[in-house]
Amino acid sequence: MTINFFDNDLTSLHEQLINKDITAVDLAQSTLDNIDKTDDKLNAFITTNPEEALVQAKKIDEQSDFTNILSGLPVALKDNLATNGIQTTGASRILENFKPVYDATVVDKLNTVGAISVGKTNMDEFAMGGSTETSYYKTTTNAWDQTKVPGGSSGGSAAAVAGGLVPFALGSDTGGSIRQPAAFNGIVGLKPTYGRVSRWGLFAMASSLDQVGPFTRTVKDNALVLNTIAGFDAKDSTSSTREVPDFTSKLTGDVKGLKIAVPKEYFGEGIDPKVAKTVKAAIAQLEALGAIVDEVSLPHTKYGVAAYYIIMSSEASSNLQRYDGVRYGFRADDVKNLEDLYIKTRSEGFGDEVKRRIMLGTFSLSAGAYDAFFKKAAKIRTLLIEDFNKVFADYDVIVGPTAPTVAYGLGEEIDDPTAMYLADVLTIPVNLAGLPGLSVNAGFVDGLPVGLQIIGKPFDEATVYQTGYAFEQASRLFEQLPDIAKQY
Amino acid sequence: MATGNFETTIGLEVHVEMQTNSKLMSPSPVHYGDKPNENTNVIDFGYPGVLPVANKGAIEFGMRAALALHATVSPFIRWDRKNYFYPDNPKAYQTTQSQTPLGTNGYLDVTLPDGNVKRVRIKEMHVEEDAGKNTHGTDGYSYVDLNRQGTPLIEIVSEPDIASPDEAYAYLEQLRQAILFTGISEAKMQEGQMRADVNISIRPFGSSEYGTKVEMKNINSFNYVRNALIFEEKRQAEVLRAGGIIQQETRRYNEPTKSTILMRVKEGADDYRYFPEPDLAPIVIDQSWINKVANELPKSAGERQNEYVSDFGIAAYDAEVLTQTLAMSDFYDATVAAGADAKRAANYLIGDVNAFMNKHQIELQETQLTPEHLAGMIKLIEAGTISTKQAKQVFEAIMVGEDPEAFAKKNGLVQISDPAILLGWITEVLDNNPQSIEDFKGGKDRATGYLIGQLMKMSKGQANPGIMNKMLLEELAKR
Amino acid sequence: MSETTISQQEVAHVASLAKLAFNDSDLKQFTTQLDSILNIFETLGEVNTEDVEPTYSVTENVNHLREDVADNWHQKQALLKNAPLEAADLIKVPAILDGEGE
Repeated sequence: MTINFFDNDLTSLHEQLINKDITAVDLAQSTLDNIDKTDDKLNAFITTNPEEALVQAKKIDEQSDFTNILSGLPVALKDNLATNGIQTTGASRILENFKPVYDATVVDKLNTVGAISVGKTNMDEFAMGGSTETSYYKTTTNAWDQTKVPGGSSGGSAAAVAGGLVPFALGSDTGGSIRQPAAFNGIVGLKPTYGRVSRWGLFAMASSLDQVGPFTRTVKDNALVLNTIAGFDAKDSTSSTREVPDFTSKLTGDVKGLKIAVPKEYFGEGIDPKVAKTVKAAIAQLEALGAIVDEVSLPHTKYGVAAYYIIMSSEASSNLQRYDGVRYGFRADDVKNLEDLYIKTRSEGFGDEVKRRIMLGTFSLSAGAYDAFFKKAAKIRTLLIEDFNKVFADYDVIVGPTAPTVAYGLGEEIDDPTAMYLADVLTIPVNLAGLPGLSVNAGFVDGLPVGLQIIGKPFDEATVYQTGYAFEQASRLFEQLPDIAKQY
Repeated sequence: MATGNFETTIGLEVHVEMQTNSKLMSPSPVHYGDKPNENTNVIDFGYPGVLPVANKGAIEFGMRAALALHATVSPFIRWDRKNYFYPDNPKAYQTTQSQTPLGTNGYLDVTLPDGNVKRVRIKEMHVEEDAGKNTHGTDGYSYVDLNRQGTPLIEIVSEPDIASPDEAYAYLEQLRQAILFTGISEAKMQEGQMRADVNISIRPFGSSEYGTKVEMKNINSFNYVRNALIFEEKRQAEVLRAGGIIQQETRRYNEPTKSTILMRVKEGADDYRYFPEPDLAPIVIDQSWINKVANELPKSAGERQNEYVSDFGIAAYDAEVLTQTLAMSDFYDATVAAGADAKRAANYLIGDVNAFMNKHQIELQETQLTPEHLAGMIKLIEAGTISTKQAKQVFEAIMVGEDPEAFAKKNGLVQISDPAILLGWITEVLDNNPQSIEDFKGGKDRATGYLIGQLMKMSKGQANPGIMNKMLLEELAKR
Repeated sequence: MSETTISQQEVAHVASLAKLAFNDSDLKQFTTQLDSILNIFETLGEVNTEDVEPTYSVTENVNHLREDVADNWHQKQALLKNAPLEAADLIKVPAILDGEGE
């Protein structure tokens, strides 16, 4: 039996499993068939593990324990989440053929409830990029138009969900890497509050910014996945001990009286007017549903890009030093001595974007530059947080566009790092402040999806979902499908 | 102290491995001497995606060291990363506390060879990770063992108060003892549990500016430190007298020649790109936590010596011997607490027990002796139950784990002091030896010796000789 | 603000700290790119941050500590298997030259 994931949300699949209308093997097989049919166009996966997935699915069917909403459901994992014994590359040559010997906490949680991991998705190398084009392995395409980028860095996970290959996927977001590809592919992506989801097993880019989060086709699905992956983990010193609520608790469709702030800076220079128009229409729809909408100011927004790229690259430069060819992964041949081993391994193992960020970070931390760059950026971060705090004193959520443009053409921006960095302006303040941020489809421009970003108070994902859900149910944009859906 | 017309300034950064159960940032065991890489996991190997979690025990051990050295314990600690590539440093950064050290502004009062006491100020103390171990092969390869990687260290940084190689030596010895008595480390030099980075500069007398520092790293013998400093003091003076300049450089001590060798000249400061460690939560230490650790902190050697002299009447020298190690001092305290006479316990530990340890080349805790057994034997002596001569046999037995009372009983090592029994034997011996009584009365002292011999034979050596002698003389006088 | 924030020579120095090597044309290109990015970074100089405390992490956690209990995860064999070169349970690397590193 073939199951179409466009027609079934997680709840529907779950109920069919419980009623024995379908089996976990049916679901796994459907996913594998989907990958066969469309992944030559999308290139969403670096690694698939069909045999293990079917074995696992069979086991789940035999146990017939579908207690958790995700039991028996196929999932795709970004290739920077450690999977025990299954190649995990971070889309880098330096980890070619590398098989971790442990599972990330989120992977462990999914395994425990019986979700079926079908493969590892493509991404920008070490999550550095916004188009999934810096991957060493392949170029993923946009589910709506295969001449466009899927966004990044979690482009593979986003395309896999938007293209109907899997019902849900996990990604990671350091500066927008879940929300922006979700926006570019017209699906739902959440970056949870910093500390909400364990980072144990997530290949670190920037430790103070990274979070793991879900990609789904609907807001409710997203909240259901977060219910399972969230929670305190003793192995992550930055993991929050706060109680995990039921994230679906506020999904009523009602936003009457909800106070929504719209920062004027999020519609400034560099934002495509058509994108701005689409997002403003979405906001008007929320207002029509009874929300109170006001324009506000987040005055330090324009400094976010610089502060972010300094902090991110500094932490990344240190986090990526462990890739030295000594203990695992790629080691260069023909080396004369240790110094030679380090330099050759890293120069041959890393791509240009990774090198660029390592260089920026190493410079920002170096003697003489530290105060003017790293420390200064950390102070700007404080000001950005204070901006948010002031707005959140009076408002429940902040909304605006997720990205300044819709998906652009493959190869268009990859050679202009400065332009790529500036395109992150709307998502990175959320990471710097550690807030939850959701992207839901706001509509289309020239046939490509536009993202509506909803930012919440720390640990208030429930209200973020409430807002996204109300808009989604009113607009019913998720019913519009990309052409690739006709392949099934 | 002077070398020609120069005065010497020495700074020491001492690293001590803290003997916690687990590593600073990973739960892998801390254990010396295991097979290579036995005590490692994904964290110690710096795998992608792993995260550190700090060991509470290591923080508390660090607090003990800070308290013992009169340092201020920082109320707020944020970890830092020190970045450098090396095979024994798997993450290519060491987790340390450069901005907010655990302890600041401490001191150690050092008794110098001339008997004067000098206060050496301690600038700061940080808890940090030890590195693994590289072995350099002759085959063009080096070999890496990460067992030691992540072992918690306490680094103790002195102010430049030390003015001579001898002072440096005295400081190190007394610092080692201070650390020993915190119970955080046995500070075994041969196992690399205590290592010193040394810097030394000289300047003309009266000069207000320090000279250029020369550094020597990771020396694990106090003698080597002293020798290296003696050589450097002389070398630098010769360079300056010849009109040369001292370069800022790192040198290595070479024991066979007792000299130092240039390793590299430093061009500016090393660039370790320190920055706050984003994977760890900060540590806040309040007074109640400090109080809790202070309560667990063993008494220092000095405090113990004073108590031994004033409370137990032990000679000052003996008190010093008893406090050479924490293990010996704790053992002594436990022996006295178990009811042993304090002086006798001291004599046994300093004499026979030490001799036993030397003979078998083992530590006190490796013997099977317990404070209860030592105290038990001493109580038997005190009660006159066994003679000091019999005690020799009992001592041999308790050193191999036997119970003193049970051993004495089993082997008939019981002294008979009951006058009624003794009188019976004396009467019998005297009755059987009238000639000896005659001899005694005739002034022949030898006669008593013969009689005592007979009595010991009759009592199978169990008669208490003191009491028996006295009674024999009394009985002879009556005849 | 200076015209160029970073010179080719400085870029080469940073590369050596990061254990990366570039050929001449790459070095030139990287220098140009890094310089234009660093120019964006320098816009932060416009903001007065004199009395602002830096934020290095947004975690609320304090004293997230582990009890001092040893737990060997017994991963040694799996870890050594992933090492590019290994001998007698040790990780094998090309000779370390005297004076390198710490």
